[in-house]
Amino acid sequence: MATVGRAALLIALLICAYGVIAAIYGALSGRREWVESARRSVYALAIALTVAFGILEFAFLRSDFSFAVVAGHSSTSTPTFYKASAMWSSQEGSLLLWVWLLSLWSSLVVFLTRRRMREVVPWATAVLLGYGAFFTALLVFAVSPFETLAQPPADGAGLNPLLRHPAMMIHPPMLYSGYTLFAIPFAFAVGALIAKRVDAEWIRSTRRFALGAWLVLGIGIILGARWSYNELGWGGYWAWDAVENASLMPWLTGTAFIHSVMIQEKRGMLKVWNVSLVLATGILCVLGTFLVRSGILDSIHAFGASTLGVPFVALIAGMSLGSIALVVWRRGLLRSEHRLDSLLSREAMFLLNNLVLVAMCFVVFWGTFFPLISEAVTGEETSVGPPWFSRYTVPLALVLVLLSGIGPLIAWRRATATNLRRTFAIPVTCGVVAFLALLFVPGVPQKPLALAMFALAAFVAGTVGQEIWRGTRARRAMTGEPLPLAVTSLVRRNRRRYGGYLVHLGIVVLFVGVAASSTFQTAHDSRMSPGDTVRVDGYDVRYVRATAEVGDDPSGTGAMLSLGAVLDVSKDGRHVTTLRPARSFYPSNSTASGPVEWLVGGEPTSEVAVRSGPLKDFWTAVNPDMTRFQEIIDQGDKAVAADIPEMQQPMVAFRLLRDVIAPNYVENPPPAMFRMISSPLVAWIWIGSLIAIGGGLIALWPAPDAARRRATATLRARVAQDLGRA
Amino acid sequence: MDALALLAIFALLLVVAWVVVTPLRREAATRAAAREEADRQDLEAARDAKYREIRDAELDLQTGKLSQEDWRALDRQLRAEAVEILRRLDELE
Repeated sequence: MATVGRAALLIALLICAYGVIAAIYGALSGRREWVESARRSVYALAIALTVAFGILEFAFLRSDFSFAVVAGHSSTSTPTFYKASAMWSSQEGSLLLWVWLLSLWSSLVVFLTRRRMREVVPWATAVLLGYGAFFTALLVFAVSPFETLAQPPADGAGLNPLLRHPAMMIHPPMLYSGYTLFAIPFAFAVGALIAKRVDAEWIRSTRRFALGAWLVLGIGIILGARWSYNELGWGGYWAWDAVENASLMPWLTGTAFIHSVMIQEKRGMLKVWNVSLVLATGILCVLGTFLVRSGILDSIHAFGASTLGVPFVALIAGMSLGSIALVVWRRGLLRSEHRLDSLLSREAMFLLNNLVLVAMCFVVFWGTFFPLISEAVTGEETSVGPPWFSRYTVPLALVLVLLSGIGPLIAWRRATATNLRRTFAIPVTCGVVAFLALLFVPGVPQKPLALAMFALAAFVAGTVGQEIWRGTRARRAMTGEPLPLAVTSLVRRNRRRYGGYLVHLGIVVLFVGVAASSTFQTAHDSRMSPGDTVRVDGYDVRYVRATAEVGDDPSGTGAMLSLGAVLDVSKDGRHVTTLRPARSFYPSNSTASGPVEWLVGGEPTSEVAVRSGPLKDFWTAVNPDMTRFQEIIDQGDKAVAADIPEMQQPMVAFRLLRDVIAPNYVENPPPAMFRMISSPLVAWIWIGSLIAIGGGLIALWPAPDAARRRATATLRARVAQDLGRA
Repeated sequence: MDALALLAIFALLLVVAWVVVTPLRREAATRAAAREEADRQDLEAARDAKYREIRDAELDLQTGKLSQEDWRALDRQLRAEAVEILRRLDELE
């Protein structure tokens, strides 16, 4: 099967090479059959890569350790659910996933535009196949996922335990879908510039792809935050880690792009800005993949040793220089059709929103790359921590929230004083009332940034509520529909607008959760033995008893041993909840380990226990002191190795773990370290994300054909009427 | 390499070659029709976008973001552009 996989990759590479040449030849000569052949090369690429992807996935599912990548990233004890996702925990598998997703999304876009944009599509096809050629070439020449082992091991190394979380099953495909979907507007922007078709048509044709990319990238980021909160054992959801930042940067510029394209569609303005934004977003997507896959994050020196570093740098440099050259080359065509009429207009607000988003992206970029640049120059590792990021991003986020409330209210072109009075009265009242009310909440007035965020969030909620109400009222006046139907019809007929408003609402709800949980959090670390009690943020937490599970991991992650604790949480003498945090231990990757050590010597993970509520989360993690057990394990290893035949050693080691070590831990537990965090409004981060995702889906969902036909028919009649008058 | 693997590779090659080569064997008349269809679909997309703009402007008027005067000027301009697109569409039919 590995041979077929290798051949499929080679065929994919040949298809890309052929397709690029056919597309360019077709575009230059005007021979449509070559353009058509290039378009179908994209389908052929998807077919070949689906075969390669399927073979590798099948090898993971059936634990075929003759594949080096399977032996290195999976094992027979890895649960089936995680075997399926183990593929993208590897370098090779994740690159294959990247290019496979690219081929699928590219196929979709070239299918949808098969009878449109004749001048632009061939160039866009060439760019998409060029991307495909780069990643396929890496898989063929640098990091083949189909390397085989002459002597396959009996078992593999297993999936990194930290990745055994449901969010990690979906997180990488979501991020990569976002990255590859953003390749589509990038490719069409390049095509539009080369073909001199820089009107709004390429934007309209790829708008859904940009929105889809923004949405799935956002979902990927949120899943990563959720994983961090529930799996990493430090109690936070965002650490400004370089890997997180890598996905945030294109999301920020992508957000700017989906706002600013509206100005080009409506007014023919900001053409240079829009192509620059989308080209930058495409480059940042490759940069994100580069950061995660080149080894540069481990150290600037690891990057030099990596086989992928140099090709990625060459690609990013080529994309950056090419993009700049294209924009300069076509600057004459990219002149705005109109000028900004007033600073009090929606165009100006959108522009300001764009500047804030790009400034945020720059802050994240600098904070991510400064340590790498510094290490390259001075040879010393440095890091930029969360306080540095917060110093700049928090004020920018406040301005962004303010603008997300102003933007929907203000008129295009020029807002009049009457217009401003009429549209801002209710939202501003909401914001002021919230501000005044919060002044009486203990602790809040001492935190001005959080207070400002809450007040601005109320302003935005007022904006969205007012917009939906006024739209519904207008619809009811026109159609006489009952209220629920009028709201539904309004949203259904204006999905982009009202979907966008819901996204604004979701994002500010998310920001409220972030502001509250990061500002008013109480964290406590404590070393406790059973019977001990500590007080955290008014909660009394009692360590009731220790627990131990062997080969029966309740989370289904395949842990061999889970050592946990039962915590009783009460407040003012009343029982609130019982929490069961645990520390899970997995088999070791090292063949040098003794039989008992091998069973539990892998990287341990925290199984946190959280009591979530709409107002507060109470989060706990435990880290048992293993010193005493390490001695028992070492003695057990010596005894098993000395007295038991090799074939029987794993079984005896397991029994030792189950019948001696685990009961010993439960009956006579050593003190354990506990981390306990009480954070307000964390749940609203996830609720806000769901609202934003819902809004994004509404904006993305295509209008039903029947509705479009009816609308078109009505408007055609009106246009025809005007034509008759003229 | 076993025979089954060879067969699978050969089958994959055949499928992708068929997918890629088919358009190169098409008649010129089909290509001309495809070109006309592409122009028509571009114009239809532009028309739908223009109609969306007209509806957006109406909603802005109804929700108080556009004055009657501004809306009238904008609506007149957008409808004129829609008429132009319809005229070009008619020429194709």
